[in-house]
Amino acid sequence: MPYVTHSGAERSAMLDAVGVSDPDDLFDIPDSVRFDGDYGIAAHSERETRATVEGILDESADLTEFLGGGHYDHYVPSVVDHLSLRSEFLTSYTQYQPEVTQGFLQALFEFQSLVVELTGLGVANCSMYDRATALGEAVLLADRVRATDGDRVLVPEDLPDRVRAVLDNYTDGPDIGVESYPTSEGTVDVEGLADCLDEDVSMVYAATPNARGVVEPDLDAVGDLADDHGALFCVGSDAVALSLLEPPAAYGADVVVGDAGVLGLPTTYGMGLGLFACREEFLRQVPGRLVGAGEDDAGNRAYTLTLQTREQHIRRERATSNICTNQAWLALRAAIHAAWLGPSGLVDLAEDCVTGIAEACERIDDLDGFDAPVYDGHHFREALVDTAAPAADVVDHCRHAGLALRTVEDAGRERLAVCVTDTNRDRVNDLIDALAGYGGGA
Amino acid sequence: MSQEGHERAAAESTGAETDAPHQQARWYAGDRYEPLLSEKSSETVTVESSLPDDLTREELELPDLAEPEVARHYTRLSQMNYGIDSGPIPLGSCTMKYNPSFTEDVAAHPGNRVHPLRADDDKQGILHLLYELQETLASIGGMDAVTLQPPAGAAGEFTGIQVAKAYHERQGEGSRSEVIVPESAHGTNFASAAMAGYDVVELPSNEDGRVEVDALAAAAGEDTALLMLTNPNTLGLFERDIEAIAEIVHDAGGLLYYDGANLNSLLGKARPGDMGFDIMHFNLHKTFATPHGGGGPGQGPIGVGADLAPFLPTPQVRETEGGYETYEPDHSIGRVHEFVGNWLVLVKAYAYILRHGDEGLERVSETAVLNANYLASRIEYEVPYGPFHHEFVASADEDAADVAKAMLDHGVHPPTTKWPEIVDEALMTEPTETESKATLDDLAAAFNAVAGMDPEALSETPSETTARRIDQAAAARSPRLSWHDL
Repeated sequence: MPYVTHSGAERSAMLDAVGVSDPDDLFDIPDSVRFDGDYGIAAHSERETRATVEGILDESADLTEFLGGGHYDHYVPSVVDHLSLRSEFLTSYTQYQPEVTQGFLQALFEFQSLVVELTGLGVANCSMYDRATALGEAVLLADRVRATDGDRVLVPEDLPDRVRAVLDNYTDGPDIGVESYPTSEGTVDVEGLADCLDEDVSMVYAATPNARGVVEPDLDAVGDLADDHGALFCVGSDAVALSLLEPPAAYGADVVVGDAGVLGLPTTYGMGLGLFACREEFLRQVPGRLVGAGEDDAGNRAYTLTLQTREQHIRRERATSNICTNQAWLALRAAIHAAWLGPSGLVDLAEDCVTGIAEACERIDDLDGFDAPVYDGHHFREALVDTAAPAADVVDHCRHAGLALRTVEDAGRERLAVCVTDTNRDRVNDLIDALAGYGGGA
Repeated sequence: MSQEGHERAAAESTGAETDAPHQQARWYAGDRYEPLLSEKSSETVTVESSLPDDLTREELELPDLAEPEVARHYTRLSQMNYGIDSGPIPLGSCTMKYNPSFTEDVAAHPGNRVHPLRADDDKQGILHLLYELQETLASIGGMDAVTLQPPAGAAGEFTGIQVAKAYHERQGEGSRSEVIVPESAHGTNFASAAMAGYDVVELPSNEDGRVEVDALAAAAGEDTALLMLTNPNTLGLFERDIEAIAEIVHDAGGLLYYDGANLNSLLGKARPGDMGFDIMHFNLHKTFATPHGGGGPGQGPIGVGADLAPFLPTPQVRETEGGYETYEPDHSIGRVHEFVGNWLVLVKAYAYILRHGDEGLERVSETAVLNANYLASRIEYEVPYGPFHHEFVASADEDAADVAKAMLDHGVHPPTTKWPEIVDEALMTEPTETESKATLDDLAAAFNAVAGMDPEALSETPSETTARRIDQAAAARSPRLSWHDL
């Protein structure tokens, strides 16, 4: 029997010690709720299990993806796997006994430090589930710190439905209203936003790059507007973009949420690593786990989970969030990836996200029947493309060439979305060929 | 980093030089251990970009190290860390069992590298596995439908509560405002209920350590939305009155929620659906052995009865004539994660279940229960209540936190301490099925050696670990949360 280590003799000795003849006698379950059926699952050898599961996984098509939309693929250096899969990391638990988990605690402390550097804010936690749940927690934090009045939050109208759907669940309990403010020419409509703002608003959210892939040009003005109305200003971004873009604290962000899985995490069907940072004054309202530096009895520096009185296992229904298990191992991977890249490598990777999509758009725009990018402005990784033919037909056509693209509803019509990173940039030629060969293109 | 600083510490001893087979490395460099990356190297680069200056940062300051130094840094950190492959972690309610290595290879298979926004036709492998796993879990839980979306157990709780709320609202019962939770429940139950906007009603335990049925009958009523229960409970006791409990809750119009944290003691023996539970979550990373990764990722699917299936998150997966497709349930609550949660945990859990099969899964719970009872019988601390399932709670004569620190010196990870609070100075212990008799004997020896220590010696532990005892109160008083604060 796999992974059960007792020999027959040991098992007998243990049964004797507890005074029963059969382990089943230890189950204190009334007969009326005993399960006497079976699940119908056949046991497999390790080799058979691998073959079966891998056979199922192989049923997916082999495609080059230009998909983006909040989940981005960057090359993950081999050393990330080799180090993070060291079993002392991989098989460890949450650091409730810090004296024997200094290694993981230090790695998480270094992850927090990375996020602090990237955001410019004073405090970062050591992970959230994904960018959508991080935004949900930001809204709950805003609601707590502005508990005396605000009960509305403002998000841009291009916030993806998937993220909005998560936010709607997070805001349902405290009955916070989520409202959209307008965008104009693919970026925040600052005047439109001003018209939506009043003293009931507890938080204003804006993403850069935004859902259309555009780097927001005037977040200073958004921050000022939020500030003028006493609302928190929450910025959404990701760890690669923040390596290049102005730190959000510099234009007044109170909270930064987003995705850190762009480092260390390959495309694995939407797994996430949410990042969360905020100004120091909200420290005791932060959701999730925090690692702090302190000292041990010998006077040496040592790390520990800290401010646990915010957390569910101590504060129960008055906790700042219900988070227990988070994404610690992915934070470790992100930290290793960032350490491997170093500051120049991070900036170069981010700059490639600017030049890669710009170059692709230029080439797509040269094709008959295509207009790219739809919106002026500086793009990061992705852009919308207008097509003379129905965008869905173009996606189907590219699919036959082994390329996965998607359409998005934008400004009342269906548009093509294209995402270029270091992992598919060498396939842009194929994309151009496929688009150029689209029969009904013009 | 400079080469001068790496000397293995000569461990000071307080007399605990008993066998400590899982001792860790310590790396001294001056007055600290492995330096921070930022202390090894700090590089400020001037940022140059094709973007306009007003959109970009001026500079970025981070460590800049070559791969060999990065590799050594993290290798040292790993050596200063304790995992289940290092030794036992008998943390009650956490279910830290050995994780088979092969699931990592399954997770590394290229077929996992699929973008979530692909069309259904282009991700049939993913949808096929999701479908198989959701059907398998439904069978194990005795449930009618399962969603795989929630990324952790607590997220599963929140999802289940939102599903219950949507159901009550659709029934015209949206005024139900209370969730009943036993005092011994996991803290997440309370927090998840509060997060969903409910008032929490705490239910006392009876003298047996189980739900006080009369108190439940008094608490349940027209305001009751849900009773959240784990069975066996956190004292390791099966709630034998579960049918009466279910009847009281259902008669009041409420729903019964199963916290799946302790499901590993029921595999092959009982199913939450058969006990009357309407909603449950699974902790795939516990019951089905995914490495815990130092605190995640986890995965917390929920299962529901047929009446609640239309309220599950979107998307769900169903079988069609030619394959599999996603769909949105009629009254879906929407989403609790942008995509399907932690995909790799799903793959590993599915592989684990296939590897075991029916008989293997039943053997898992039988051995987990045998191991807990055997260990409970071997330790000298008082173990109130019983009979136990997969975990038990001992009561320390001294401060349970001190006991834990002293156990660290014996090269084992201590149990969960000071919780549940029903037991004084609780040592909540769950050895799991993957520990051998010899390891259980080591654990018992560690408990018993500590039980004989005088309080002063106890307070000076641990001395054999990477760090000596850490002053957590001081760390919280003046928080230093990044290398910028040092």
